[in-house]
Formats: sequence, C-alpha cells, structure tokens
Amino acid sequence: MSIIVEALYHTYHPGTPLETRAVENISFECGRGEWLSVVGHTGSGKSTLAQHLNGILLPERGSVTIDGMESREKSPHLREIRRSVGLVFQYPEQQLFAESVFEEIAFAPRNWGVPETGIPAIVSSSLSLAGLDESYCARSPFHLSGGEKRKVAIASVLAGTPSYLVLDEPTAGLDSWSRKELVSLLGRLKSEGLGILLVTHDLDIALQCSDSILMLDHGRGIVNDTPQKVMEHLQSCPVPGLHLPEIAALSSALRRKEPSAPLTYDWKELKRWIKNHAATEASPLTGRKS
Amino acid sequence: MKTESRTVCELRDVTYVYPGGTSGRDSGKGQGKESGGETGRSSPEAPGHIPEEIPSGLPAGKRPALSDVTLEVREGEWLALLGSNGSGKSTLAKHLNALLTPTQGDCTVFGMSTKDPHNTFAIRSAVSMVFQNPENQIVGTVVEEDAAFGPENQGTPPEEIETRVRNALAAAGLLEKRKKPTYTLSGGEKQRLAVAGALAMDTPCLVLDEPTAMLDPQGRHELLSILDTLHEGGKTIVSITHRLEEILSCDRAVVLLEGRIAWEGDIPGLFARSESFRKWGLDAPPLVSLWTELRAETQLPLPPVPTLSGMIESLCRLS
Repeated sequence: MSIIVEALYHTYHPGTPLETRAVENISFECGRGEWLSVVGHTGSGKSTLAQHLNGILLPERGSVTIDGMESREKSPHLREIRRSVGLVFQYPEQQLFAESVFEEIAFAPRNWGVPETGIPAIVSSSLSLAGLDESYCARSPFHLSGGEKRKVAIASVLAGTPSYLVLDEPTAGLDSWSRKELVSLLGRLKSEGLGILLVTHDLDIALQCSDSILMLDHGRGIVNDTPQKVMEHLQSCPVPGLHLPEIAALSSALRRKEPSAPLTYDWKELKRWIKNHAATEASPLTGRKS
Repeated sequence: MKTESRTVCELRDVTYVYPGGTSGRDSGKGQGKESGGETGRSSPEAPGHIPEEIPSGLPAGKRPALSDVTLEVREGEWLALLGSNGSGKSTLAKHLNALLTPTQGDCTVFGMSTKDPHNTFAIRSAVSMVFQNPENQIVGTVVEEDAAFGPENQGTPPEEIETRVRNALAAAGLLEKRKKPTYTLSGGEKQRLAVAGALAMDTPCLVLDEPTAMLDPQGRHELLSILDTLHEGGKTIVSITHRLEEILSCDRAVVLLEGRIAWEGDIPGLFARSESFRKWGLDAPPLVSLWTELRAETQLPLPPVPTLSGMIESLCRLS
C-alpha cells in the first residue's frame, strides 16, 4: 500500500508562449506509515507535484498510482483516490469556507455519504486528532488565528479519513510553538499508519522527521534519500534555494577542521561533541579557553 | 542607537478592537495595495471611521487585539515585531500606515494623525506595507505592471517608474520574470513580487508582515540581505517574523503578548531573556540554544550575538 510516482512530467500551458515545464521525470514511492518530505527552491515544482497526488492535476506523462489505483483522466478510481489522499493547501484560508468549525469539518464526511448521525463523532475525533477541543465547534473559522486555522484545515481533511496526508508548506506563518505542535501532530498521524508527504522549505523539520527526503531542482528530482545522505549531499554540492540548516552548516565547517566532528542537524549532539572536544588535552579548541 | 533621529511612527496608548469579531484578528483578507482598497470584513470602511457598534468605552466581552500599546518607531531603525500567532503583530503593523486606526489612543506617522482621512495619502506615501499573504496584494496581471502599481498611484513620472520597477524587481530577483503573468508565479515568487511592489514605492519606511514565510532558505537569505542594504541606506524597517535567526541585524525588538507589549529592547538583551520565550510564544533557534548553553557551560570565546559566521569563526579558529 503506497503512493507510487513514476517518471512524472507536467507542463503548464503547453503549446503557448507561456509553456512552463514544472515537473520533469520525477519518481518516488511513499508507503502508509512513512514520512517523505519534498524540498526545493521556490518554483521548483513542489506544489505542482503535491497536486498530482490526489488527482487535482493529472499526469501529462508518467504515472501516479495510489494503493494500486492509477490517477489519470476518466479513471474510475478518481473519487477513491481523492478520498485516500487528503491535501492541505498552502494557505489554509483558501480551503476554509463554512460558517462554523463544525460545519467546516463535517463537509468532507457528508460529501462521502456518511449518515448525519455519524457526523458528530467524526468531527469530534478529527478535532482531537488535530489538537483542538470541542469548544471550537461553534466558532467561525474566520475568527481564528493563523495557527488555529491551519489546525482546522487539517482536521477537515482528516475527517475524510484519508490514508495519506499531503501538506503544502503547512508550517509557513506559524509561530515556533505551533510549528512544533504541528510537527508532533504529523508524527502522531504517521505512527497511526498515515503516509505523510510534506512539502516544505523548512529543512530543519525535513531532516528531523522524515524517513526520506526528495530534493527538487527546476522540476527534476535530484536526490531521494535519508536525511543523513541528504545532508552529505548538500555539504558537497550546492542545491539551488537550499542551504544546510545552521547547525548542520556549523557542524560541516567544524568537520573540515576536525574530521571527528559529527555531521548533524541536532544542536545537542553538536554541543556534546564541542564540549568533549574542548575538554580533550590535544584539542585546538582548548587553546581558545580564556 | 540613533537617539537624535526623528520619530517615524508613534503609537500612544493605542487600544484596538476589531468590529464585530470576538477576539479575532484578521489574517489579511482582502487588503488592497497601499491605496486603501481595504475590503476585509473587520476593517474600517474609511480611515478615521470608528465603527458604530464600538462606543467610546470598550465593548464588553471583546478582547482588544491591541491594549494600551505605546511605541515609537525611530527613523533609520530596523525594528522586529515578535510574538505568537494572534498576539497582535499584524494588527499593530496595520496601524503604521492607517489601514487600521486606534479604537482608543492615538497613532501618528511623521506627526500626522492616522485618524484624519486627509493625511491618509501622505501617510501611505511614507509607509509601504508587505502583507502576510502575497495573494492579497497582487493586483497586476503582469509582473512588472504589478510592481508599478504603487508608484503609479503616487503619481510618479513614467521614466522614474520604469527605473524604480526595474531596480525593485532586480533586488527581488524577479527581473527575468518581469513580462510573465502574475498567476504563473510560484508562492515564493509572489511573495518576492509583493516585496518588489513595496520597494518600488521607495517610501522612507517599509513594514513587512512575515515576508519570508513562503521563501526557500536561499530566498530568505536574499531578502534579508536586501533589507540589510536598505537599512544601511537609512530606510526605516519594521518586520514581523517568527524566526529569531532573522532578527540578528535588527536594532530593536518588541515582543507582543495578547495585544500588549511584553518586552522591548535590543537583540542581545532579547537573547538574554530566553527563560521568557515560552511565555512569549518564541523559540530560540537551534544555533541560539547551542550558543546559550556553550556560553553557560564552557569558557569558549563565543561572539556576543550568535551568528553562524561568528560561531564558525570562533570555533574553527585553530591555534
């Protein structure tokens, strides 16, 4: 059971002067219970790719297969594909429309034909999955803060009981604590068996949480590997739009002086190494003690 | 700090309550560009208009989005506005160019009260604004036309508009896309276009509401260096961000908590208050955490402000 993308191409406005190839020959696989992050510069094709995963965009060439169902024009499975893959857009306010949070979250299950008696239970479980309590039910989604809107948007997608969750830059504009909460929510969903596909600019999150990271450059997939391998790649060859996060960049700079330094995104690990190293007699760092 | 410099914006005991909303803040629905095309539901119909349902006393049961905020933005400074989601940052920012006017208290820009509609044009020619969501402020169908909207509205001569637009698009890294329709831009490119539109207005003061939220790490770095250059050139900048690593070049930070100013001071002073970060909804970036703990636990010679280059230099300098 997985999302399989094979040799996917997508071109906007084909045959016009505005023709733009957004996605070129991308392949990857993400199973249920796995977390794949997609990173790349702005305009690298991340959002275009995300919109292929639940049939909003259909492949021009290549294939997108969700749990064995192929996403293509006139596919009998499109409805089922859209139910299996929940998509949280770049701007949550774009997908909020109802008068109350309850109505907002009830929309998807009603759409899928869940009888009215079953709706409150789904709303309530989706709210709690997304880290909100029932007091939100009666409130207008438009009077919530950015972080709360984001959670309501996620709850409303979860209410459709998807097997995969695709999120397009869900942490943009969130304060640090909301960002941490959201990341731990995604981790929880992953452990409950959802496949998480996270489109992000936040390499820190991608490195910390993903099973694998797909790096895009001008519509092409250049690396699809574990966080550690991705850091090694970024250390040796620059990728447009992406920098190693600060801690990884610092550890990489230290490694050039001291090969025993770890290449890591974890500041605590780096701190341990610096402290141990500073305490060692032979360390050049010792000489810097004032 | 430039103590003798002029005051650009001044808020005195400003309290603001959104009309109709409960405690709500508005995350930027429907703002027009600088020209007062504000149509969002929770905004005044016209500058200076105080909604009828709010009497002179504050309505019961509504939490003000801002409470008793007194703040001065000085000429040439780069001020960071910090705080959690919903703390009032965007509401405060919208007071700085008269998109919102105080329910109580006063707000002036270069001495002009934002409550007087006659001042609105002059105020918006002095303070340009980049909103949180770039979709809300792109009005042109072609990139360069959109960037020209602000200066055109200001009545700038055409030749000058051309130069300004060119420079602004170059600074924002969009020069080669200047003939493209705006709908073909990606999210991050739209955000750069919003910044270019504000730069093209060439106002003495620039207010940016989370301008880096949709940018990739390199785009963020580039925007920050644009702001650095503008700041060195004497522009007054007020920027909102959730990322503390972006405020290292700022002169001053103001932390908002539930609509009130919880703290203000310089950047090293802010990092010295990390025990309050949780309460303020702030989070020390990993590099700052590393720096703070190494300073506390070792005698390594670390730089006064935790920049990456400073840390690399200090830790790699081998004897």
